[in-house]
Amino acid sequence: MPVYNLKINGKPHTVEADQDTPLLWVLRDHLDMVGTKFGCGIGQCGACTVHVDGSATRSCLLQVGNVADMEITTIEGISEDASHPVQQAWKEIDVPQCGYCQAGQIMSATAFLEQNKNPSRSEIRDAMSGNICRCASYNRIEKAVEVAASKLS
Amino acid sequence: MKKIMSPSVSRRSFIKTSALAGGGILIGFNLFQACKPEAAPPVDIAQLNFNDFNAFIKIADNGMVTIFSPNPEIGQGVKTSMPMLIAEELDVSWDNVHVVQGALDTKNFTRQVAGGSQSLRQGWEPLRQTGATARQMLINAAAAKWGVDPSTCTTKNGVITNGNGDKLGYGEVVKEAAALEVPDNVVLKDPKDFKIIGTDAGNVDIDKITTGKPLYGMDYKEEGMVYAVVLRPPSFGKELESFDATDAKSISGVQDVIRFGNKVAVLANNTWAAMKGKKALKAVWTSDSELESTEKHDKILTGLLDGKEFTTLRADGDVKKAFAQADQVIERTYESPFLPHNCMEPMNFFADVTADKVRLVGPIQTPARTAQRVAELLERDPQQVSVDMTRMGGGFGRRLYGDFALEAAEISKLAQKPIKVVYSREDDMSAGIYRPSIKYRIKASVKDGNITGYHLKEASVNSNMYGLIPNFFPAGAIENYQVDVANYDSDITTGAWRAPYTNFLSFAEQSFFDEIAEILEVDRIKLRLDLLQKVKGTTDDRIQYSPERLENVIKVAVDKSGWGNAKEGVYQGFSAYYCHNTHVAEVADVVLENDIPVVKKVTCIVDCGIVVNPLGAKNQIEGGVIDGVGHAMYGDFSFKDGAPVDTNFNTYRLIRINETPVVETHFIESDIAPTGLGEPTLPPAGAAVANAIKAAKGIRLYKQPFVKHMKSNAPLG
Repeated sequence: MPVYNLKINGKPHTVEADQDTPLLWVLRDHLDMVGTKFGCGIGQCGACTVHVDGSATRSCLLQVGNVADMEITTIEGISEDASHPVQQAWKEIDVPQCGYCQAGQIMSATAFLEQNKNPSRSEIRDAMSGNICRCASYNRIEKAVEVAASKLS
Repeated sequence: MKKIMSPSVSRRSFIKTSALAGGGILIGFNLFQACKPEAAPPVDIAQLNFNDFNAFIKIADNGMVTIFSPNPEIGQGVKTSMPMLIAEELDVSWDNVHVVQGALDTKNFTRQVAGGSQSLRQGWEPLRQTGATARQMLINAAAAKWGVDPSTCTTKNGVITNGNGDKLGYGEVVKEAAALEVPDNVVLKDPKDFKIIGTDAGNVDIDKITTGKPLYGMDYKEEGMVYAVVLRPPSFGKELESFDATDAKSISGVQDVIRFGNKVAVLANNTWAAMKGKKALKAVWTSDSELESTEKHDKILTGLLDGKEFTTLRADGDVKKAFAQADQVIERTYESPFLPHNCMEPMNFFADVTADKVRLVGPIQTPARTAQRVAELLERDPQQVSVDMTRMGGGFGRRLYGDFALEAAEISKLAQKPIKVVYSREDDMSAGIYRPSIKYRIKASVKDGNITGYHLKEASVNSNMYGLIPNFFPAGAIENYQVDVANYDSDITTGAWRAPYTNFLSFAEQSFFDEIAEILEVDRIKLRLDLLQKVKGTTDDRIQYSPERLENVIKVAVDKSGWGNAKEGVYQGFSAYYCHNTHVAEVADVVLENDIPVVKKVTCIVDCGIVVNPLGAKNQIEGGVIDGVGHAMYGDFSFKDGAPVDTNFNTYRLIRINETPVVETHFIESDIAPTGLGEPTLPPAGAAVANAIKAAKGIRLYKQPFVKHMKSNAPLG
């Protein structure tokens, strides 16, 4: 079985996995980093969102063979103590209900806010439309992204 | 302070204290015994073991309080709100409270259910009594130390003060308190003295959620555990004849392939390998009956409505006579598709079946019932079966059914190792226990401008509406009133889906009343209020709702939504409903963008009694309303050849953030005991939107999902 050297949250990891194994399952099953969630497996729900070289990417569609040497950031790498402004905004607004999709939401929001420091409500709604929240905490996600933007600026 | 506690309830709850080796005390209580006032008291409290309790308060020497929350957390917020009730009466600062999901198993924990929006309603008295009892014991211990009368002592934020101004922290008297008798009667706070109840408390798991810590069943793993992905019948009604696992076994990581009943499990050392192994299985399926389809159900349900075979659930007066004597008879039919639950966390469960133990871990709304079913399946002593509950990535009713836990137990038994069953999204959507497809036909008679008769017929796949629903509005408001049900037995599994039955019935009835108002050319609010007048002072104790509370939410909704004064281009729709013990009114604001109706805002008025945690309560309301709007607009789930047509989110549409209205919530101020919020704001949403679309486009919708039937331009009932 092939061996891959991955750079995740700034640290090197070596994993042995089939080339077609999605990064999602490498993170979850091989590396015990379970913050990145499985939702649909076809890139439709956004629960598995990570950053690859700074861009929000669906890790369920990304084969491990294609991400060697790239900078991968997962929810565990945003901050360990929930001190990142986006995490703080999520707490301030009390966004989660079940909470399962929220890691993916936060990963989409952090990548988006890197690109757009001062987004409008409609830009937030467009940017976050790839992430499904089945509990429909959408009003709060919208507010939290706004609050996070003001914290970051 | 007022004394409202019944000692007998306290005795039954009960409370037992014990000094902890590391300092502090532990107080145990049986919440669910306490929730059932008819429960028999324990024979001898002194003989009870801690195993008889299912929730605990731990008070450390330094005064820190840990509350072990017993109920399953599915996103409804009870892990935060239930401990708030204890902390309030214990009179500690919420900042000093640490909440932990109780370490659970079926021996120690019984009657733990998340369902029916009942947790807070049923926990309201016993949880506060528990906190108050612990507080009184701490006071008694301090008073004994000081040699003063306990009644001269007061508490605040975990500190006891006597008449002389001496102070002792809870942590300083916990050891003495543990040795004291449990008081027979304690006082509960007057609601006006509440410091925690009624204030905003954030989700207790927030930091774990936002940093990606393991919380959910999907995250659970143990040394030596293997992943199991299961091939299930591709259609309801098919049986497994044979299978070839040669290719599956050749996939690296696949350890074993095991048939159990009508299914085949692929076991692998990682999820991906197990999923690939499942895809590589070659199975032959047979069926000896005609496979079902939505087309067939449509004809069958219409046939049931046209037929004569019904079970009557409630009949007042004589509807036939009312129709015969009417000036006008109005009849409409409303149709819903099946709906899958689609919890974001797909179904999964861990099982480790060994010679002397059956350990189950995972997301489950009904741990006790599931443990019992596993014991029966494996023919084991129920005492050997334990269940640990993880936080759940959504429930919506799907996790009331422990089918996935039974699968896990069976596979672990056959594989003789710890395993975790993991569903893919396709598995989750095609092995569902769906909201059944339903048709309602409602017929009303009008005489001299009054509604004199109302006949509701339900035709449903599988089960029918449950007992209390025929006593919801408009029962009691119309002299001649009848509710009839008929059902068709299907191979397709169906069950509870958030706000079972009322999730669609509310749409039908609240659309119907809106249309009657239009036909009669009367004000649609007045029509509802006039009906409610007739229920006031009713002596019919079957009536579930309060006409006064429903009237009140309707009036406040008119006021808060700007009803009748909408801006140019904004079209409003009204709906009001009672279910799950909560009264709700909603107004949807719709605008037309490129002639397409877009829901911009929903104003939601809720009377749920005392609001325990406004921050969490509003989250439930916002979610319930948007969920209701989303499924009414987009939820389209049909069957062909016994199988669902859509099995993932590429073709099955769930509402997304860019389609979401703003939800504006207003609570009715109240000192009445709280009722639940996980469900009751969902049912009225569909009709509020449909009635607004009628105002905007002139199209009356009778079928869900709206987007499909607006397109087909065939909405007539």
